[in-house]
Amino acid sequence: MSKVATALSLSHLGSLMRGVRSVDEVGAEERAASLAKRSIKKASKLWALDLAIRCMDLTTLEGSDTPGKVAALCAKGIRPKPGDATIPSVAAICIYPARVADAKAHLRGTSVRVASVATAFPSGQSFTSVKIAEVKDAVAAGADEVDMVIDRGAFLSGDHEKVYEEIVAVKEACGPAHLKVILETGELGTYDNVRRASILAMAAGADFIKTSTGKVQPAATLPVSLVMMEAIRDFVRETGRPVGLKPAGGIRTSKQAIAYLVVLYETLGAEWMTPERFRLGASTLLNDVLMQIEKERTGAYQSGDYFTID
Amino acid sequence: MAIAKRPRRLPTHAPLPSPPPDGGRGRTELAKQTFEYAPAPESIDHVKIEPRYGLFIGGKMVAPHSKKRFPTINPATEQKLAEVVEADEVDVDHAVKAADKAFEGWSRLAPSRRARYIFRLSRIIQERARELAVVETMDGGKPIKESRDVDIPLAAAHFFYYAGWADKLEWAFANRKPRPLGVAGQVIPWNFPLLMLAWKIAPALAAGNTVVLKPAETTPLSALLFADICMQAELPPGVVNIVTGGGKTGSLVVTHPDVKKVAFTGSTEVGKLIARSLAGTGKRLTLELGGKAANIVFDDAPLDAAVEGIVNGIYFNQGHVCCAGSRLLVQESIAEPLLEKLKLRLGTLRLGDPLDKNTDIGAINSKAQLEKIEELVESGVEEGAEIYQPECKLPERGYWFPPTLFTNVSQSYRIAREEIFGPVLSVLTFRTPAEAVEKANNTPYGLSAGVWTDKGSRILWMAERMRAGVVWANTFNRFDPTSPFGGYKESGFGREGGRHGLLPYLELV
Repeated sequence: MSKVATALSLSHLGSLMRGVRSVDEVGAEERAASLAKRSIKKASKLWALDLAIRCMDLTTLEGSDTPGKVAALCAKGIRPKPGDATIPSVAAICIYPARVADAKAHLRGTSVRVASVATAFPSGQSFTSVKIAEVKDAVAAGADEVDMVIDRGAFLSGDHEKVYEEIVAVKEACGPAHLKVILETGELGTYDNVRRASILAMAAGADFIKTSTGKVQPAATLPVSLVMMEAIRDFVRETGRPVGLKPAGGIRTSKQAIAYLVVLYETLGAEWMTPERFRLGASTLLNDVLMQIEKERTGAYQSGDYFTID
Repeated sequence: MAIAKRPRRLPTHAPLPSPPPDGGRGRTELAKQTFEYAPAPESIDHVKIEPRYGLFIGGKMVAPHSKKRFPTINPATEQKLAEVVEADEVDVDHAVKAADKAFEGWSRLAPSRRARYIFRLSRIIQERARELAVVETMDGGKPIKESRDVDIPLAAAHFFYYAGWADKLEWAFANRKPRPLGVAGQVIPWNFPLLMLAWKIAPALAAGNTVVLKPAETTPLSALLFADICMQAELPPGVVNIVTGGGKTGSLVVTHPDVKKVAFTGSTEVGKLIARSLAGTGKRLTLELGGKAANIVFDDAPLDAAVEGIVNGIYFNQGHVCCAGSRLLVQESIAEPLLEKLKLRLGTLRLGDPLDKNTDIGAINSKAQLEKIEELVESGVEEGAEIYQPECKLPERGYWFPPTLFTNVSQSYRIAREEIFGPVLSVLTFRTPAEAVEKANNTPYGLSAGVWTDKGSRILWMAERMRAGVVWANTFNRFDPTSPFGGYKESGFGREGGRHGLLPYLELV
């Protein structure tokens, strides 16, 4: 992580937050809607679907998750379509901290990474000491990436300093693990807040900013992601440090996934179209993407029975 | 032209050598390639364009008296689409006679019956929207996404809106009784052919008038398709008549002695000629002419939205928009980041085949217009402004001009004063709100203006001081049939849209 971004002293935090530009709600929604109308066909569609898989954080975050469920998900993530070597592995498997060791055992030796949610996911309403301990344990158990949630209670009450300090502390606890900071935009209320929280998280050292936990409605939306991309663009301009984006929650169809890639391409450009800088958090998207790839290749839709459910 | 073809700087979104080939393939190859949108052309199979068209007079397509015909071409390919008539004095006289004859019946028809016909026109436009959008794009060069999402839906909305007024006219103007005028002679431009037709015909018919309309020389096809729609709607013969031709035909329409009301949208130059020729005749006249609108961005504006508004303001429809935001007035303190964002954004604009659904910038409407744009851009360079054009490959055939922006522009430069009617933006700076007002109003035109600020009170303060018919706040080029539109000063007089749009077609007694 570059020094520039975290060298920001807390005394500057207030002026940083006040200096964040406002977002025009109507304008952002219009822009996102117009980009969603792009017509992505044939070769470009295949390319986008391939990228969608490579950028996917295949997710299960249920109370009912078991070692068996995680094992099945790992197998699916490594080889989404058995017998078809042209289909890439997903970027990561995203799970609860308690399941990290299980996942690590299955993913060792593959390119698929282990991403663990942490910091009292999904609400973030716990003690900072507990959050830090959770992150350390998750990393010790083998998590390559940590998806933390910000303290929305603190953010909405205006205590930006607390949010900032917590992210800095979690980043430190992550050690070599990559940090994704979940803003939970569905609870932030306005695009102005989304933009402020984005800048705050990036300044505190986030490697990625992420829209949602998937546990709150609305989860990821196209305009919210656009606003976050614009914040990333401005942050990179100021600091030179690239930050990634992860829309998560509610992305279930190939068409949606492609819309996100189009907005990404036309906002942050080709350099962001890689798993190092973009992820899609999703639990049910993968089979729809596989189905669309098959349709694009053969011209016909296959029955759902030809795609494994894990 | 040299200027147009020489890219100034590489955009960050440098696109990619070749699109990835089709079909199933090894993923390593796919992983190496970058995103490039495959062609997504709108199908034209469902559109039938006749090789030759007659004139629409008295409810049917008739053979013209005039022997003169001229081609209408696709500006994106320079291919001939059809031949149309250059209507002469006899043809125009026939059309006006037909309209005059129809006036008695149409104006006495129960208003609710009139409304029914106009609703029907609106509905058929919606039903045939794809066909109309494709024709509009082929004939005029505008991107299909604009004709599909803006021109055609808005045209239908105008008919729908004015249909609703027909049976409420009596209560529209307190204590006054509205009476229709008679035959309206209407001459429309080539930038929004069907939409301008709707702006003209819908209020005229709702008020009980009959019309003779002349579409622009380079874009007659959607009007001729509309003639077919009138027949499909079984509109009484002669209520709408459409004569094609150039400037001469237009002048025959507006000067015909039986025409009671003239409505013109087009250049200020022609508008002045019309005003002169009608002086003393007692004919009613409304003019909607040129513009040189200021798009004013304050330092507290939401910048990303402002960039979109600027792009929408001047690059929408290749800048062929009378209310285009062709002068960007930006507060000096944010000029640098704003221009950086704007230049980056210009690099993502996709210029090319207007029928491709992903095209943002289509073809320039005609060779003459392209030459005019080139001449003015040339003058900007000569006068000392700094030109910026993103890297942009122009197609071999057809008329094209890349999105262009000028910085270091003085108010005295031609590019800051004259209407270019192309994708060319002149950037000026200001220091205080008062200076912004002064510079924005310092033009003979006054059609529209844009204000970008987060401060509500400043929006109102600015709107009060703008000498412009429309002031958009934190948006640009937004249209709605309920909202009146028209100009100050040399941008014309009279309003179209809303209840105001009925007035030019009525006599209040």
